[in-house]
Amino acid sequence: MSEFWILLTGALVASCCGILGVFLVLRKMAMIGDAISHSVMPGIVIAFLLSGSRDSLLMMFAALIFGLVTTFLIQMFQQSGIQSDASIGVVFTALFAVGVVLVSLYARQVHLDQDAILYGEIAYVHWNIWELGGINMGPKAVWLLGFTLLVIAAAIGLFYKQFKLCAFDPALAAAIGIPVALFHYLLMGLVSMATVSSFESVGAILVVGLLIIPASTAYLLTDRLGVMIGLSVGAGIASTVIGYYAAALLDASIAGCMVCAAGALFALALLFSPSQGIVMKKLRLRRLAS
Amino acid sequence: MNSIQTQTEAERPAASPAPLTVQGLSVAYQKKPVLRNVSFEAREGELIGVIGPNGAGKSTLMKAALGLIPSLGGEVKVYGKPYKQQRKLIGYVPQRESVDWDFPTNALDVVLMGRYGHLGWFRRPGAKEKAIAMEALGKVGMADFAGRQISQLSGGQQQRVFLARALAQDARLYFMDEPFAGVDAATEKAIITLLQELKLQGKTVIVVHHDLATVQDYFDSVLLLNVELQAYGPTEQTFTQQNLQRTYGGRLAFLDRSLPSQPPGGGGGE
Repeated sequence: MSEFWILLTGALVASCCGILGVFLVLRKMAMIGDAISHSVMPGIVIAFLLSGSRDSLLMMFAALIFGLVTTFLIQMFQQSGIQSDASIGVVFTALFAVGVVLVSLYARQVHLDQDAILYGEIAYVHWNIWELGGINMGPKAVWLLGFTLLVIAAAIGLFYKQFKLCAFDPALAAAIGIPVALFHYLLMGLVSMATVSSFESVGAILVVGLLIIPASTAYLLTDRLGVMIGLSVGAGIASTVIGYYAAALLDASIAGCMVCAAGALFALALLFSPSQGIVMKKLRLRRLAS
Repeated sequence: MNSIQTQTEAERPAASPAPLTVQGLSVAYQKKPVLRNVSFEAREGELIGVIGPNGAGKSTLMKAALGLIPSLGGEVKVYGKPYKQQRKLIGYVPQRESVDWDFPTNALDVVLMGRYGHLGWFRRPGAKEKAIAMEALGKVGMADFAGRQISQLSGGQQQRVFLARALAQDARLYFMDEPFAGVDAATEKAIITLLQELKLQGKTVIVVHHDLATVQDYFDSVLLLNVELQAYGPTEQTFTQQNLQRTYGGRLAFLDRSLPSQPPGGGGGE
């Protein structure tokens, strides 16, 4: 049974991250995803200290706030003339460090260990069960991720055309009256939610891999946005399944293997993509030359 | 879609508000002024060229008028009302380089984006929108490329897709930011034919333009800009050597107005 829950958790993480990752990659904001996934840390710890439990709605809320604060600070620094990559670096490392300090200060009360935050503990998801009136409802992580996926799918589904136009041509979007800033913060809020619901399973570092790598893989394989989202989710889920069995075989970190698998799939796409693959381009050139 | 009948200026009631009225518009980046106290009124049914040296604030004027960047002061009215109430009357063609042409989408899809403003918050483009978009692609001679991934189009073709998108907006007042920049001769011709057609339909088109050699052929009015408004009026009276000197200072290469028009296009995108 544990295998089923782990795979389901992985698939849910991959779906949440795969959908959002597409928009991050297309808006050239991959590093902002990275930043958010780290700087929600103090939010998680503070929520934990306040509530004394890992029960996650408060955590999600706190992470949401820190995610938006991160986005806002990065933008503010950029507008005041700091290089954009430097302002990302400043904001997220500083906030992440605050989180690390908080964890180490309150380690005893918190029962959060740094390893779990950084690398996740997907192998244990089935131990943390949600019981409702004495009935076993399954792992809490699955419910949390399922809820997050629902919110993400609803937001992107309802406002697909707005997200698309904001990603492709924000100037036109603003000119026809789409509130570009609102959708920017909505996307960042969703990324924060996805990060905080995933961090327990795969950790704050590796979640970035699942945000960016499958989306980049999909980018190489299609020239339609809708298809790209589907492929990104598919590549993400494939990575978690391959990663899980590789980890079982090697007796290695599950989350680590999942992201390694994502990296391997990306490398395959880079080499063999029908339109943009390196090997295919070489073959086409050779055919043209002969 | 373009069911608006051809109207000449004379037939319009004199009292109807101008398509665009700009009053005392000023914009600054950081502390440097890029646009100072610009006022003008666009006349209906005219092709208006906005001319000036690099850094004169031509694109800025357009973006500030559209509310895309904050202005320090001034007022912009579209057909007598604030811009925000008149969005559906306006079509916008940003500079071609302002978007990522590797975006996973095709030509038809980009043109469909011109319909988003008419769709409201939740509706998705349907068959009617697709028909409008295809018609717009046809008008710029790009119907055969509807399904083509946009990165596989030449520069000129990309520009025509952008114009088709503006047509799909079905506006009365158009802003075009350097539509002729880096396009091939065929595209230049297609664009100017289209502008003439829009004019015949009584629409007003404001175009940021670089090529001084073609100004007299293309535009009814010119607006000479260098941070401040230098001159504005009918091309014949306004596009004079004296005004150009004032606008460009010593940097003007195109001085002899009696020169025949240079071949258009130059750089060429293909």
